[in-house]
Amino acid sequence: MSSYKIIDHEYDVIVLGAGGSGLRAAVGLSEAGLKTACISKVFPTRSHTSAAQGGISASLGNMGEDDWRWHMYDTVKGADWLGDQDSIEYLCKEAPAAVIELEKYGVPFSRTDDGKIYQRPFGGMTKNYGNGIVQRTCAAADRTGHAILHTLYGQALKHNTEFFIEYFALDLLMKDGECKGLIAWNLNDGTIHRFRAHSTIIATGGYGKAYYSATSAHTCTGDGNAMVLRAGLPLQDMEFVQFHPTGIYGHGTLISEGVRGEGGYLVNSKGERFMERYAPKAKDLASRDVVSRSMSIEINEGRGVGKEQDHVHLHLSHLDKSIIESRLPGITEAARLFANVDVTKEPIPVVPTVHYNMGGIPTNYKAEVLTGNDSETVPGLMAIGEAACVSVHGANRLGSNSLIDLVVFGRAAAKRAAEIVKPGTPHEDIGETETEKCLERFDKLRNSNGENSTAELRLSMQKTMQSKCAVFRTEKTLKEGVDDIRKAYDGTESISVKDKSLVFNTDLVETLEFDNLIRQAITTVDSAYNRQESRGAHAREDFPKRDDEKFMQHTIAWCNGKDTKIGYRPVTKTTLTNEVQYFPPQERVY
Amino acid sequence: MVQINLPKNSEVQKGIYYQDKTGSKNIRKVNVYRWNPSDEENPRVDTYEVDMDNCPSKVLDILNKIKNEIDPSLAYRRSCAHGVCGSCAMNMDGKNGLACTKPHSEIEGDINIYPLPHLKVKKDLIGDLSGLYKQYESIEPWLKTNTKVETTEIKQSQEDRKKLDGAYECIMCACCSTSCPSYWWNGDKYLGPAVLLQAYRWIVDSRDDERKARLKKVADELKLYRCHTIMNCTSACPKGLNPAKAIAELKKMLATS
Repeated sequence: MSSYKIIDHEYDVIVLGAGGSGLRAAVGLSEAGLKTACISKVFPTRSHTSAAQGGISASLGNMGEDDWRWHMYDTVKGADWLGDQDSIEYLCKEAPAAVIELEKYGVPFSRTDDGKIYQRPFGGMTKNYGNGIVQRTCAAADRTGHAILHTLYGQALKHNTEFFIEYFALDLLMKDGECKGLIAWNLNDGTIHRFRAHSTIIATGGYGKAYYSATSAHTCTGDGNAMVLRAGLPLQDMEFVQFHPTGIYGHGTLISEGVRGEGGYLVNSKGERFMERYAPKAKDLASRDVVSRSMSIEINEGRGVGKEQDHVHLHLSHLDKSIIESRLPGITEAARLFANVDVTKEPIPVVPTVHYNMGGIPTNYKAEVLTGNDSETVPGLMAIGEAACVSVHGANRLGSNSLIDLVVFGRAAAKRAAEIVKPGTPHEDIGETETEKCLERFDKLRNSNGENSTAELRLSMQKTMQSKCAVFRTEKTLKEGVDDIRKAYDGTESISVKDKSLVFNTDLVETLEFDNLIRQAITTVDSAYNRQESRGAHAREDFPKRDDEKFMQHTIAWCNGKDTKIGYRPVTKTTLTNEVQYFPPQERVY
Repeated sequence: MVQINLPKNSEVQKGIYYQDKTGSKNIRKVNVYRWNPSDEENPRVDTYEVDMDNCPSKVLDILNKIKNEIDPSLAYRRSCAHGVCGSCAMNMDGKNGLACTKPHSEIEGDINIYPLPHLKVKKDLIGDLSGLYKQYESIEPWLKTNTKVETTEIKQSQEDRKKLDGAYECIMCACCSTSCPSYWWNGDKYLGPAVLLQAYRWIVDSRDDERKARLKKVADELKLYRCHTIMNCTSACPKGLNPAKAIAELKKMLATS
């Protein structure tokens, strides 16, 4: 592979990804005096954090009494007891300070009458351990992610973070089980770059594009997850894929849960507010897996709306016009553009749509990546944000818990890296083997001249995932999924890349992204096949009950090509401190 | 005499014609600007016949269809596909906008797609925005506050917060700046509407303590006053924002301060 000229860089720490978590980590690392590079395949403000709408959870108590322990209980319950309670304690306890910090950075939060940060109700967020609704979700209208992302980018500029923008990461550099950096391809000029670092922080987000209909961006291809798999490390809880209840029918655009937080509700073809039947207390503000399942049942039982009776309606026309204007302007625009609907007059057609990956790279609450063997960590490797599985979201994430996850664990990663890495430590020689291996894969894909287009294979993968690994799952559909997804994988042997150039070769980018996605798709469907219970977002019709005895465990999945190895590791059943007690499993009703 | 023709290697040539292979009766011709820095050839305009019976409603859907089904080598940026990330800004039917929110039904006749005007082209529809990003950095887009309050938020009245509406929503797609003739001429010195809107956003933030210094910094013959109220920016903004008004406000603040 000597034909590729390699440009070497040395840093104390590198962050891969420039969304909310990557930027927050980069800010902290720069503050700590560590020489930091932040590498991203898109310009930072293009990251998918910008699409988060409803808000960021923290028990500030601006709209009535709140307590981080209540937030913790809600998160544990939302996660259907698959979350690690030490990490959840950390998340909820650190959340208020993290939001205050964002406000000081300049995030333009909406305000209360007395000038404090405005907070709205959100699904699964309750007071006093499930007794009544609390307003915990801090909002900048319905553009909270956008506001946070742009503000964090500004902070990174303030701290002179070094960015490598429109660099596509190829593989991790591993040596004797330690991560030594990564290799990336500069799309701007076609050069290959080798980044050495004492700590590599993966912040590459989720892999929603493994599915056909997702609220995810085209760029949500979980590149970091796939790099971890190729490095021989496992991913955790990949079967837990969140379907957001309200994606616009036919297009998939997200309509924030904030709509229901502000008083919107779902209606079936009979005009019934059907959530009252499924979640008598929380109704439309039950957690997302519950609402998505209820909608699917309504549709399956013939009470869907539209010509095909395959979706339901989200009503908000009864809301005060000034509330819609001031708090939900973004979704008003989205509904007009993608559903041709005037929300002040008509309901929005919505359907459960793939939205978030609870699973990802297993880490502890300090963001250190785990090997899958007890609590053993991988030296030099960290993961944060949607790419990581800490696990704070367990089997189902609560709305507005992802933005807080980004900043709390972005900060935690920077703190931990600053403890481990001494600025300016020299880098040992690691030889060329890993680089050769990485570039061989790159070169092979670049020069492939087979019969299958990347787009066809991707479509086949997406359709398989959509039909075989959806809201409801059975042994039969999952087995078909396990087989069919491998057909898409086998297709890569004869893939074709038409563009052979190296500058902005988006044909090759999409092929590399597909290669990343298909490994995660395989891992997802295999993990789902093996989990014979229903928990959170994983609903098995053939195993409708949660089985704590057998499955209150994280799935750990290794994937080499199309071969997977599935194992399990226990959920953490202790809290971090004595400030809160462990919440033992209960029946989960809303 | 001044040479006003394009240099020979920049002349846009007629490109490849991709005939429809689906047999569809509902075809539209889509003309797309192509340039590949890796070959030595001139830019060209390729024409694709696209089956509109199986194409969703936006221009980005057409591009995705071309890339997926006809020509995978076509290069363009795209990400969120619903108008919040700003990646797919380009010139369609002679007007700047986001391909993901622009309905192709609004375009009559052939659909012409070009990169954003007056940027260096990196490849096909991908323009070089690094100059604009540098300018964005120059306005120091972060809150500067002397507050000593640490454990709670800095209070802001709803009225003061309202002043940020119409400014903080900017997605930095550059549709406005690259539609501005003043920016075409003086893009190296004039900050342009996108960056001035962001300068304005921090100047009017009641929490910021550096308002005067920020104003002074933009009060410059070239940085600010190259705006000649042509208003292309406001007409181009795909988010319905009004950068021209923000620039006028800046000028007014300076005139009255």
